Amino acid sequence: MPSPVISVSNLRKSYGSTVAVEDVSLDVNQGEIFGLIGPNGAGKTTTMECVEGLRKADRGTISVLGLDPQRDASALRQRIGVQHQDGHLQKRIKVREALDLWSTLYARVVDTEALLGQLGLESKKNAWFMTLSGGQKQRLFIALALIHDPEVVFLDELTTGLDPQARRAIWGLVTGIRDHGTTVFLTTHLMEEAERLCDRVAIIEHGRLIEMGTPAGLVEKHCPERRVVFTSDGSGVAERFAGVSTVRSVTSDGSTHTLSGEGDDFVTEVIHVIAREGVRVRGFRTETPTLEDVFLKLTGREIRN
Amino acid sequence: MMKGFWKLTWVETKVFVREPMGVVATLGMPVVVFIILGGPFGSGQSGATLLDSAPFNVPIMAALTIAVSAVLSLVAVISIYREGGILKRLRATPLSPVTILGAHVFVKLVFTVLSLALLVLVGRQLFPGAMDVPLPSFTAALLLSTLSILSLGFVIASLIPTARFAQPIGVALLYPMVAVSGLFFPLDALPPWMRVVTHGLPTTHAVSLMQGIWDGAGWGAHWANVAALILVFGVCVGISTKVFRWE
Repeated sequence: MPSPVISVSNLRKSYGSTVAVEDVSLDVNQGEIFGLIGPNGAGKTTTMECVEGLRKADRGTISVLGLDPQRDASALRQRIGVQHQDGHLQKRIKVREALDLWSTLYARVVDTEALLGQLGLESKKNAWFMTLSGGQKQRLFIALALIHDPEVVFLDELTTGLDPQARRAIWGLVTGIRDHGTTVFLTTHLMEEAERLCDRVAIIEHGRLIEMGTPAGLVEKHCPERRVVFTSDGSGVAERFAGVSTVRSVTSDGSTHTLSGEGDDFVTEVIHVIAREGVRVRGFRTETPTLEDVFLKLTGREIRN
Repeated sequence: MMKGFWKLTWVETKVFVREPMGVVATLGMPVVVFIILGGPFGSGQSGATLLDSAPFNVPIMAALTIAVSAVLSLVAVISIYREGGILKRLRATPLSPVTILGAHVFVKLVFTVLSLALLVLVGRQLFPGAMDVPLPSFTAALLLSTLSILSLGFVIASLIPTARFAQPIGVALLYPMVAVSGLFFPLDALPPWMRVVTHGLPTTHAVSLMQGIWDGAGWGAHWANVAALILVFGVCVGISTKVFRWE
């Protein structure tokens, strides 16, 4: 059993009369990518900032690397790296100057040249912050978060607003951080991102933690249904699946047939029937639910602000 | 953490210098005030002491402009940094809050001295003889005044909601203080309650102190002004630690 590097229990934080986070408890294990996911305004950032020690919780206990984020703030800051949602630096600070400044602040730092290389920023060394693209800014923030080789890295909405190419590049970097042995705690409202990156996720809504587990485990638990969609011009196709135990329903729309069912054997059995009955199939695909389906199922589909 | 302080100060200086308008305004404004106000008022006179004929003390006006523009610039920088999340990001580093804000204050004080130096250089060219004053003492008086008004700037920066309003609100608060600082008319002309208010403002004591030092008075003669400026500094720093917002 891996030991938790972050341990939060019964966290509560309110701003005036608005309760942002209520009774949140979670553990983040050494060496994993842990994602806090939820709609905008659910309390993800507040939770993360309490853990980082930037905000003081009203109630509950938080331990990061065995330290209290409030009491041991300065010791903790040497060992964690952070990136903030929608963060900025001085408009006219050069990339090199930012790294240079940051590297004087920590007792132990990595080779900044190598770090710039890894993040593809060598050619931007002398560029002002304001001239960087969104992806370059985020890569610089990752560099600043990693400059002291921290044990835990906090990434808040890292890829929001980035184009797909930049987003994929960042995902590669985050996986690399984890593979280096660093624990990653991130927030995102992009379910595809959470599913691709996170070893475990916690879903938070209206300040409360409503579910936690591996992405695959959550899909299995909440959306076990699988679907097979195939097209066939033959007649009486739908009836041939009548007696199959794992098939729950069959709907047909012209030559397109949709079968739904549950269990590991479902798809195999469908294929088996198609082969046995000699059904001529023009197209065939399976649909597996994603974390997004779980998320929508648990948090509802209505539009929120 | 001194290393971090110097590094941050150096970075903030470079960042400031890269914005030409800010530098021109900081260094140029007081000189422009000096030339415009000192020139026309003095030109009609025939004596060597041109500046003496102005209805108020032009060098002190220029020096106060230096202090006030430093404060307005600080208020703007702090609110922009706060709005952009820069303060928050710096605060997540091992830098202490005092270091982060202290670097800004230090940069402003350095530019205050530079502005004064420029003012003296220009003044010596345009108004020979008018600048024969105890400069080290006057510099110290200006720095103390600036520091005291800067601390008030931090309180203002804490209360201003967005960067867009920082400059206008700063101006709206500071310029009236300058108006009733005793520079333009004797404070005796004010109703009694206003006189009490003006004695609580750092600008009033700044003018009195700088005017005294400029005219050759000793620090001892102005101990009350010095004490008041330090008191304002202490109170404003105290308030700021309570109300200052990092984001």
